[in-house]
Amino acid sequence: MSNPANTSVIETVAALPAGIRKPLTKKEISSDHPTWCPGCGDFAVLALYFKMIERRQLWQEKITTVSGIGCSSRFPYFVQAHGAHFIHGRALSFASGVSLSRPDLHVFVFGGDGDAFSIGGNHFTHTARKNIKLTYVVMDNWVYGLTKKQTSPTSPLGFKSKTDIWGAVDYPINPMKQAISAGASFVARTTHSNPNHVLQMMEAALDHDGFSFIECLSECVEFYDGAFDASNPRKGGKFNLVPADHDVTDEQAAYKLASEPFPGHFGIFYKSTKPTKNAKEATVNAGAMEKFKGLKDWQILQKTFDRMK
Amino acid sequence: MSDTAITLPPAGGPPQASAISEAVIRIAGNSQDGIQAIGGFLARLAGRSEQEVMTFMTIPSTISGGPSIFQVRIGSGEVLSSGDDADVLLAFYQHSYDGHIGSLKKRGIVLYDTDHVQPNQELLGEYSHVGIAISSLTIEAIGGTGRDKGKNIFSLGLLAKMYDLNVPKLEKLIGERFSGKDTTILNNALTAFHAGYNHSLGNVVETFKFMESAGKGASQVVMNGNEAIAYGVIAAGVRFGAAYPITPWSDVMEILRRELPKYGGSFIQCEDEIASVSMALGASYAGRVAVTGSSGPGISLKAEALGWGVMAEVPLVVINVQRGGPSTGLPTQVEQSDLNLAIYGSHGDCPRVVLAPAHVEDCFYTTIEAVNIARRYNVPVMILSDQAIATRIEAFEMPPLEKICQDITPDLTPVEDYKPYALGTPDGTVTRVVPGTRILSGRYPIAGGLEHDEYGHPSASPKLHTQMTAKRRLKLQSLAVTLPVPEVYGAAEGDVLLVGWGSTQGPIKEAVDRARAAGENTSAINIKYINPLPPGLEEIFSRFKHVLVVEINDEGLYGFGQLASLLRSRFCDPKIRGITKTDGLTFKVKEITERVKAAVASATCKA
Repeated sequence: MSNPANTSVIETVAALPAGIRKPLTKKEISSDHPTWCPGCGDFAVLALYFKMIERRQLWQEKITTVSGIGCSSRFPYFVQAHGAHFIHGRALSFASGVSLSRPDLHVFVFGGDGDAFSIGGNHFTHTARKNIKLTYVVMDNWVYGLTKKQTSPTSPLGFKSKTDIWGAVDYPINPMKQAISAGASFVARTTHSNPNHVLQMMEAALDHDGFSFIECLSECVEFYDGAFDASNPRKGGKFNLVPADHDVTDEQAAYKLASEPFPGHFGIFYKSTKPTKNAKEATVNAGAMEKFKGLKDWQILQKTFDRMK
Repeated sequence: MSDTAITLPPAGGPPQASAISEAVIRIAGNSQDGIQAIGGFLARLAGRSEQEVMTFMTIPSTISGGPSIFQVRIGSGEVLSSGDDADVLLAFYQHSYDGHIGSLKKRGIVLYDTDHVQPNQELLGEYSHVGIAISSLTIEAIGGTGRDKGKNIFSLGLLAKMYDLNVPKLEKLIGERFSGKDTTILNNALTAFHAGYNHSLGNVVETFKFMESAGKGASQVVMNGNEAIAYGVIAAGVRFGAAYPITPWSDVMEILRRELPKYGGSFIQCEDEIASVSMALGASYAGRVAVTGSSGPGISLKAEALGWGVMAEVPLVVINVQRGGPSTGLPTQVEQSDLNLAIYGSHGDCPRVVLAPAHVEDCFYTTIEAVNIARRYNVPVMILSDQAIATRIEAFEMPPLEKICQDITPDLTPVEDYKPYALGTPDGTVTRVVPGTRILSGRYPIAGGLEHDEYGHPSASPKLHTQMTAKRRLKLQSLAVTLPVPEVYGAAEGDVLLVGWGSTQGPIKEAVDRARAAGENTSAINIKYINPLPPGLEEIFSRFKHVLVVEINDEGLYGFGQLASLLRSRFCDPKIRGITKTDGLTFKVKEITERVKAAVASATCKA
């Protein structure tokens, strides 16, 4: 940092030279056996997270996995790395605290549709608009699974749940539209049934300097079996990649893609390179610290107190 | 002015300067008149003159305008409260005159603006009336239409003359205040000041001169409670905070937002209260203890996340600048009614630490202590300040910053193994290992809200929940035994023990002084450590016939005030009773002394 006399600021730590440490294997990076139901789409997301860590040679001390509450939010317990299982709906705020105070870490947040768009809706909007550097993967299953089949904010109209026995009456949220309009700088859509595509999207999100959001369809075989069949070629559906000529920097085009009826397209809808909040705060700090170059923290405070005599 | 020092002006004689040891000046006007600025100048001048000072203000909860007062008490000796009754009232408007003339001492002086105030003929004999055309004289001095601008500085000049205040020091303060602005503004201010200073007060009123201060020798710093908390946060080494604006907490976050970048830190304004506490917990989890804060309604919103901090054993400092409640309540007035929320808010058995600073200087040091308790015990710590302490200005000894400023950067050196929730440590704590640390055993910790095993992985085992509940409790018990026994103010035993917490300490001590001067056997303690309670209380209580807990909340609701209820349930001692009120104002000394008499009399009757 420009001001070595100050409190040490935790900065990006240089990667170890290649060859000193072998990439983490799935065995090293996996922890508790997932508590998910057999056949749950979340298994695929977890496996591909491991794969990404392995492929990109991330170390346990370089990442932090954060979640809120829900089936998918059990995620950090299954990862053998630093992680936090926070309260319902607030994972993004918690992760923002990690991201803004620790530029040396990449923060991954995993959660479900209820966590992201219902109880956490406010935080989704504001974390996106502030462009806080982190990756948010929402495993969207269109239903509340942990509490056993209540209507979710993404449940389609008419979906019969324990809280809408006659079928859902509330219009669902469109996560992609929500993300684009909130100002997310990376917005992608994928599905658990196409592992290679999930991995591609995760890696692209990892490389993005900003708030990267992935909606990953992840089927709940217990409470919403077959929800995403129309997007799964193995179930007779169609998996359409975002058209090759789609301009990811075109917000209107992205919005148009997001407006398509299910199954729609998969891939990166929108991407922009606006500065992150992390970078903006660092700029503010560099300017503020410049004036106190060479002073220790107590001397800076002394200057302030001298004016309060 | 103490009663002994007051001298009545000889009828018809020339003005004379009486030596005084202290003065209480109340300035009443509207919130946009800059009356806080007059008070601020007086307080800073006192600070620089090694005098003691304490201020009190009320502000309307309107966006702009509305009646407002600022009271400043300056003394050559110890100043414990902002004073019950004023020696001088400066009244800008009719409503200021009508509303506050009653707060003057008998034969006190009212300076009023004849452009706006029509004095009450019946009161002319009771108080010394000095009418001055403050508004028109200000306009005459500095010209312009500027509505009422400048009359505060003109009035400061009047007061400076009356109290023979140090003009060069005041000029310097005015210069500092208006530095960096257009020089005409500074020149206008100085012109207004001198116009006031040179305006003849006639021979209607005496002038005063402060006796030489006892002299502390050390240089003093002057600030309000919110400033003291904000700078305490910085001195403690905290470099991250997050919050949402709410009165009267907001200026703490404004200061931290402005100041932390100088130290490489950040303070983030969040979308709401829940995001704020969550973000602060995230930053705390990631390394250095972080801070969030709010007032009443905002603290309610933070309760769930606070419980996560307890469960996951992540340190956090939460500052609660209390205001009147419930709900939106009295946003700009004082109440000590969040004690229960501070100790019990959040579900489950949820042990956390609660500290209450008693004065402005204490706000600074308590904040540092809160950070260190949070770090040492991996627990959320709530600081219970209040609106009165937040806005009152005091002068205190310049803290030895080189000695007390700390660096709490986390150590990221790899460790062999790490059990974040290890059972069996003597005090229930472990040293935290934070993200970014390589753990050579390959077993990494998860911080979670689910009940967990020693590594943080979920477990609903009956045995583990019992053990972990005990572990979390043990941390507070371990802290409790390290706390100092509260110091008794006054004799160690006697008839009445007044128990206070937070900002009531000053008036309580002054009530003790008055009672003892009147031959009554009264003492007091201030409980700073609200949760856990300090040791020795039961023994102290045993030495008094009456234990009266003085606090600003509604004892009618619970049978006893919030602290009194806690002490009764803890010690089962029927002699613990309360003196409470809920008028949104700080305790006056005489309110306490009168209520003590009544409480003792009622107990004696029953006996």
